[in-house]
Amino acid sequence: MRTGRVVTYVVLIGAALLVIFPVYYVIAGSVMAPGRISSYPPDLFPHGFFTGNYKGATSSGTPIGQQYLNSILQTSIITLSQLITSVLAAYAFVFMKMWGRTVLFGLFLATLMVPWESIVLPNYLTITGWELGGHGLTKTYAGTMIALVLPFLANAFGVFLLRQSFLQFPVELRDAATIDGAGHWRFLSRILLPLNKPALMAVGLYVFLSAWNQFFWPLLIGDSASRRTLQIGISQLNDAEAADPGLILAGVTLSILPTLAIVIFGQRFIVRGLTAGAIR
Amino acid sequence: MLLPCVVVFALFIVWPLGKSVSLSLHGSDLFGRPDAYVGLQHYKDMLGSAEFRHILWVTFAFVLLTVIPGVLGALVVVLLLEQHIKGIRIFRTAFALPFAFSVASASVIFATIYNPAIGLANGLLGRFGVDRIGWLTDPSWALISIAITTVWMSIGYNVLVLSAGIGAIPTEINEAATLDGAGGFRASRYITIPLLGPQLFFLIVISTIQSLQGFGQIKILTPEGGPEQSTKTLVYSIYHTAFANNASDFGAASAQAIVLLVILLACTAIQFGVLERRVHYK
Repeated sequence: MRTGRVVTYVVLIGAALLVIFPVYYVIAGSVMAPGRISSYPPDLFPHGFFTGNYKGATSSGTPIGQQYLNSILQTSIITLSQLITSVLAAYAFVFMKMWGRTVLFGLFLATLMVPWESIVLPNYLTITGWELGGHGLTKTYAGTMIALVLPFLANAFGVFLLRQSFLQFPVELRDAATIDGAGHWRFLSRILLPLNKPALMAVGLYVFLSAWNQFFWPLLIGDSASRRTLQIGISQLNDAEAADPGLILAGVTLSILPTLAIVIFGQRFIVRGLTAGAIR
Repeated sequence: MLLPCVVVFALFIVWPLGKSVSLSLHGSDLFGRPDAYVGLQHYKDMLGSAEFRHILWVTFAFVLLTVIPGVLGALVVVLLLEQHIKGIRIFRTAFALPFAFSVASASVIFATIYNPAIGLANGLLGRFGVDRIGWLTDPSWALISIAITTVWMSIGYNVLVLSAGIGAIPTEINEAATLDGAGGFRASRYITIPLLGPQLFFLIVISTIQSLQGFGQIKILTPEGGPEQSTKTLVYSIYHTAFANNASDFGAASAQAIVLLVILLACTAIQFGVLERRVHYK
């Protein structure tokens, strides 16, 4: 029995170290002086705090400062928009009686089965074919931003999650609000949303994570480096600065700060969002 | 109130779906725009080519190399976490950390580790007297290296889903098992694993779907589809046919996109239909 417990701990600690190692490596490597990180035999400890990699990463040919702003803007627009469109749709599905409601909800869910990769080409042709102020959409900064966010302004996953949450709302409370003269809008903004904050947080953080981490679509959109998102930026940093791993790891460390904060501090909210499909 | 969603879905999901089919039946000009109607020619070319069979094989191998280790590894971890471990919260957070990494950041970190000359992986191997490995340049290793990266990215999610599943098992069941003298491995084998059936099944399907859609890690780690095209999966091939080297063959790429759609819909259908009946439900 005792040896069993020792084995349990050894295996668990080993597995945890394997999983944590790349996380440790990116942060430790980002503060290692050049030469030390690629020394042989390999050195796993920083021995000091070298900030030159961060200076290098923020002043290299890849404008990751600007790309950081681009990603924040892109992610904020997508998150805010999905929260609004999901709340409206979930509200309609739960609190408004209408013809064909179940069928329509089924169709909403069906959109989740369509893989983005199988519709990306027509979307690319459509969006790059549009014009803004006489130019192709992706020829200007504003146009590029529009192109980045447009297909993701709504998503059925948020609708699904919020509908689940709204369905648990007590009917009596809803009726009481109606009797007190609260219309749809007042009920939604004053009563329903404040009481569904955990679900809204779950949807918001989930959408934020997935928008921040997008790769395929932003790879296709954006004509110049300064209009790229951060994810594309760090992959270009990887190609351009291959001889300087410390600099690359500094760029990666900067890029994961927002999502690392979400995973560490918002864990219970994302757990709810991520496991929604798994527990039935 | 449903209008915003309906407009976005119609414009960017439903209409493109039809358009994909239509693109796959047309040739394309230099800019990828459709020109002459070619019927099923793209499909005939595709299904008759040895290259496409190779792509399907790579895609299938990638699914096996990511789903099996990813789900089994997470299952072992979760079963061990159940053995009344001290510091369980620290372990949980540790396994959740890869979540924070996007496909791009994870791939770039592993690219640094895999670097043939100055990377950590070969450095450590060298210390133990093992020959260098061409992690991303050797055709027999490239897909495995990308699979390792992918498993690392997905393990956190898998642990989370299985932990939630275990949390939903009534404690009386385990207490009864302990009273009957079934602890540790026997309890895992005969109680926990069967009761985790729905979550395991969900994970296998969802991991398969995600593997089939894997793109960023392949594009970043092996920009040209790998040595001897050893990492050229279906999704990578769609991208390559449409965008790489100004190929702009949106017609042929769309035919591949439809094949991908059919495969993924089949996976979803399996999830909802055939296998669901065999899984133990409470």
